[in-house]
Amino acid sequence: MDAILLQILNGLDKGSAYALIALGLTLIFGTLGVVNFAHGALFMIGAFCAVTLQKIFNLSYEVIDETQTDFLGNPLKVKTPYVESWFGPELGATIIDWSVPLAILFAIPIMLMVGYVMERGLIKHFYKRPHADQILVTFGLAIVLQEIIKYFFGANPIQTPPPAALSGSVDLGVALGFDPNAIIYPIWRLVYFLFAVVIIGGVFSFLQFTTFGMVVRAGMADRETVGLLGINIDRRFTIMFGIAAAVAGLAGVMYGPLNPPNYHMGMDFLVLSFVVVVVGGMGSLPGAVLAGFLLGILESFASTTWATTTIPGINQIIIYLVAIIVLLTRPRGLMGRKGVMEE
Amino acid sequence: MLGLNKKDTSLLIIVAILTLLAPFILNPFPTDSAMAQFNAGYPDLMQRFVIFGIFAIGFNILFGLTGYLSFGHAAFLGVGSYSAVWMFKLLSYNVIPAIALSVVVAGLFSVLIGYVSLRRSGIYFSILTLAFAQMSFALAYSVLSNPKFNLTNGETGLQVYADDPQILQGANAPDLPHLFGLPMRATYTMDVGAWSFDFNAGYYLCAVIMMVVFYLAIRIFRSPFGMMLRAVKSNQQRMNYTGLNSKPYTLAAFVISGMYAGLAGGLMAAMDPLAGAERMQWTASGEVVLMTILGGTGTLIGPVLGAGFIKYFENIFSKINDNVLHSWFAFLPDGLEDAVVFIIHPFIGKGWHLTLGILFMLVVIYLPGGLVEGGQRLLNWIRRKSVGGDDTREGKTEPAE
Amino acid sequence: MAILKVKDVSKRFGGLKALTDVNLSVEENSVHAIIGPNGAGKSTLLNCLVGKLIPDTGSVLFDNQSVLGREPYQINQMGISRVFQTPEIFGELTVMENMLIPIFAMRDGAFRMHAYETIANEKEVVEQAEAMLEEMNMADKRHMHSASLSRGDKRRLEIGMCLSQKPRLLLLDEPTAGMARADTNNTIDLLKQIKDERDITIAIIEHDMHVVFSLAERITVLAQGTPLVEDTPENIRGNPKVREAYLGEAA
Repeated sequence: MDAILLQILNGLDKGSAYALIALGLTLIFGTLGVVNFAHGALFMIGAFCAVTLQKIFNLSYEVIDETQTDFLGNPLKVKTPYVESWFGPELGATIIDWSVPLAILFAIPIMLMVGYVMERGLIKHFYKRPHADQILVTFGLAIVLQEIIKYFFGANPIQTPPPAALSGSVDLGVALGFDPNAIIYPIWRLVYFLFAVVIIGGVFSFLQFTTFGMVVRAGMADRETVGLLGINIDRRFTIMFGIAAAVAGLAGVMYGPLNPPNYHMGMDFLVLSFVVVVVGGMGSLPGAVLAGFLLGILESFASTTWATTTIPGINQIIIYLVAIIVLLTRPRGLMGRKGVMEE
Repeated sequence: MLGLNKKDTSLLIIVAILTLLAPFILNPFPTDSAMAQFNAGYPDLMQRFVIFGIFAIGFNILFGLTGYLSFGHAAFLGVGSYSAVWMFKLLSYNVIPAIALSVVVAGLFSVLIGYVSLRRSGIYFSILTLAFAQMSFALAYSVLSNPKFNLTNGETGLQVYADDPQILQGANAPDLPHLFGLPMRATYTMDVGAWSFDFNAGYYLCAVIMMVVFYLAIRIFRSPFGMMLRAVKSNQQRMNYTGLNSKPYTLAAFVISGMYAGLAGGLMAAMDPLAGAERMQWTASGEVVLMTILGGTGTLIGPVLGAGFIKYFENIFSKINDNVLHSWFAFLPDGLEDAVVFIIHPFIGKGWHLTLGILFMLVVIYLPGGLVEGGQRLLNWIRRKSVGGDDTREGKTEPAE
Repeated sequence: MAILKVKDVSKRFGGLKALTDVNLSVEENSVHAIIGPNGAGKSTLLNCLVGKLIPDTGSVLFDNQSVLGREPYQINQMGISRVFQTPEIFGELTVMENMLIPIFAMRDGAFRMHAYETIANEKEVVEQAEAMLEEMNMADKRHMHSASLSRGDKRRLEIGMCLSQKPRLLLLDEPTAGMARADTNNTIDLLKQIKDERDITIAIIEHDMHVVFSLAERITVLAQGTPLVEDTPENIRGNPKVREAYLGEAA
C-alpha cells in the first residue's frame, strides 16, 4: 500500500510538468488552432529565467581583505554579491537562497512578452496555413530558441538549488499513518506539485469565471460563431498565447531544482507533452491535465525495480505504448470532444 | 530514354554527371590554397551527400506527394543500419547482403508503423510517427540491449567484434566492408598540378545506388500511382467518392519511403560498420524534414539539393572560427572588424544549428517551394529583365515537375 | 424498374430525429428530384446513400444490393457517383489529371500499385479523358491547375469526372447552389444534355425550384425528415401540402 502511494507521489512532479505544458499546448491549439512545436522551448526559457536570476543575484564585486591571507600568502580576495551589500548580508543571502521562487516574478513579464512577440511576429501569419506548415515553422523556431540559450548558457546543465528551507525531505508516511521511513518525499517535489495545482486552478477559474474566459471557451467550442459575434478575437488570441507561454514558463522556472536545466530539456518534454495532449484528447483542457498526471504516475510505476527487471527499459517506452494504444482504440483521447480533429 | 520524357531524361543525365564528377566539382580549390577549406571533395563528406540524398528522396515520396508529414523517419534509417551491421556480424563484410537486408527489414518495420500511424491523418499522424520513432530510439538505446537479449548494444553502438561468426567471410577477404573484395575505404588520389582529387569506392557505390533510386523516384512521380498520391494530398474526400481507397495508397508510399530510409541506413553502415541509437532520435527525423523542405517539397531534385546544401554547410560552417573571420574581414578598420566578427560569431562553428534553424524558418515563411522555387523565381526574374518585361510566363512552381 | 430503393430509413442525432421512416424509390433512367425546406433531412438522406452515414434502421438498396456499411469508395465502385454542393475536385492537379483519376479508378479498382508505368503510355485512359474534356468544352483548359478554374468550370469538371466513370446513378447535391444565373442556366443545359444523351439515372437534391422544374420527372418532397408527397412536377406545383410546407418555412 505504502509502496503504491510512494510511486504515485513519485509520478507527481513529472506529471505536473506534463500537465502544465500540455495545458498550454491545448490552450493554443484549442483557441488558435495552431500546433506549437516551440512550446517545449518556452518551458526551457522559463527554466533559464531562474538560471539568469540566480546569476544576477550572484553578481559580485571583490574586496581585498588585508587581515586574511589565502594559501599562497597573498591577501585574500573576498567576493561579495551586490545584493548582500545592498540589503545587508542576512537578507541578501536569503534573497540568493530564494532565487528560484523569486524567479516566478521575474519570469511572468518575460514569458508574457516572449509569448506576445511570438504570436504577433510569427504564429499570427500561420493561422490559415496548413497544420504541416505550422509544425514546420514552430519546429524551426524551437531549434533557434534552443540554440540561442545554448549560445549564452552553454551545453551543460546548470544547478539551480531550491531554497535551503525547502530542500531535503519529509517523512510523509508518518503523517499518513504508515511506518516511519516508508514514504520519504523530497519537499521540493511537493512544492512543485502544489504550485502546479495552483496554476492549473488559476487557469481554470480564469476561463470559468471571467467574461474573457467565457469567450475563449466559446471560441474553443466553435471558432466561427465567436467570429460572427463581432468580438475582437484576435486580441484575445494574443493574450491567450501569452498566458499559455507564461504557464509553460512557470512550469520551467520551478522545475530547475528537480532536474538541472539544460538547453534541450524543452525538446525532451515537448515530445512527451504532445503524447499527453493526444492521450487526453486534442482540445480538452481537463483531458490534458488528467493525462499529464496519469502518464507521469504510470511512468513512475514503470521505473520501479520490479518493472525494469521484468522488462528492461519499460520506463522509457511506457508512455509511447499507452499513447499508441489509446490512439488506436479511442482516437478521440480520454476526454476529447467529438469533431475536434477527428480525421 | 528509359521510359522518361525529354525533360526528366535531361534531369537524370545532369544528376548523373554531377554525381560521377563530384570528386572534381567539389574540389575546385588547390590543396594548399586558403580556399581549400571550402573543398568538399573528400570521401566521407561525399558519401554523406548521396546517402542523405537517398534518405530525402524517399522522404519526399511520402511528404511531397501525399502531404503526410512523418516525424519518425529516422527510425527506419536506424533499423537499416542495425540490420546491415548484423549482416556483417553474422555473414561477412560483403555489403550486398547487408544493404539488401537493411531495405527489407526497414520495409517490414515501416509496414507495421505505417499501418498503425496511417489510421490517423494530419497532426495526429505526425505525432504518432514521432511517438513511434522515440519509442524505437528508447528500444534501441536501452530495452533491446541487455545481457539476456542484446540486439543493439545500447550506448556503445552495434559493431563487429573479432569473435563474431561471419560464416561467409573468406580467409582473404578484407577485414572491413567491401564489395566482392573491393574495400569501401579504397581511395585513389589523383594529383593534377596543385589540385588533388579523391576517388573513393564507397562513394561510387552510394552514387550509383542513388542514381538508380533517383530514377525510380522519377518513375513513381510520373506514374498513375504517383498521381494518385498527389490526389491524396489534394482532396481525400473526392478521392473516396471517386472509388479510390486512399489508405493502401498512403501505406504504399509510406513503405516505399521507409525502404529508402532503410537503404540510406544500410549504406551508412556499409561506409562505417557501426550503428548507434542516436541515428533514430527525432532530431534526426527533423533533419530529413529540413532537407526536403529546404530543397523543395514535392519536386524531384529538391530533396537532393537540400541534403547536399545542409551537409555541405554543416561541414563548412563548423570549420569557420573567429580567426578565419578575422582574416576575411581584415580589410575593415579594426573596431569595425571586431564588431562584424562579433555579430557573425554566434552563427558559425558550433552555431551552425542556429543558422540552420533561422534559414529553415525563413524558407517556410517566405519560400515554401524551397531552393527549387527560389531558383525558378531567380530564373524568371533574369528572363524578364533580359526580354524587357514582355515575358508573361508566370513564376509559379509546378509541383512534381 | 427501380434502381435505388430506400426502405423505412430512420436516423437520429441524439434527441433530433433527422429522418423518420423514409421510403423512396428512384426509377432507372429517370431524373428524380428530392426537395424540401431547410432542415428537412435532404443532406442526411444523401449521406445515407453514399456511405457517409449509416441509418439507424431501414435499408438502402442499389440495384438490389445493400449499400449500408460500405465505404464511399465501395459504393462508388458499385456505380454511384456524387457531385457535391461546392465542387470537390483535385485543386492542386491539372484539369487533365482530374479527368484521368476517375477513369483509372474505374479501370483499376480501388487500389493498384501501378508505380512503374507512365501515364503517357496509358493511351486508352488518356483518350477517354480527352474525349470527356472535349464533351465538357474544357479541352483548351487541360493544363490549367483546376483550383484556378471559375466556379462554373469547376462544376463542369466535377460533373465530367463523375460521368467519365459511366455511373448508373448520378447524385447531385444542390448543383447550382451559390451560382450566378448564367452559370445556373448553363448547368441546367448541361444536365439536360446528359439526361438526353446517356442511359443514366439522376437523383438531384435541390433548393432552387427553377432547376427542379426544368429537369425533374419525379419529385419527392421531404419535410421534417419524412416524405410528404411524391409525384410528377405538374402535380407537385399545385399541391397545397407542398405550398404549406414551404410557406411554413418562410413564416
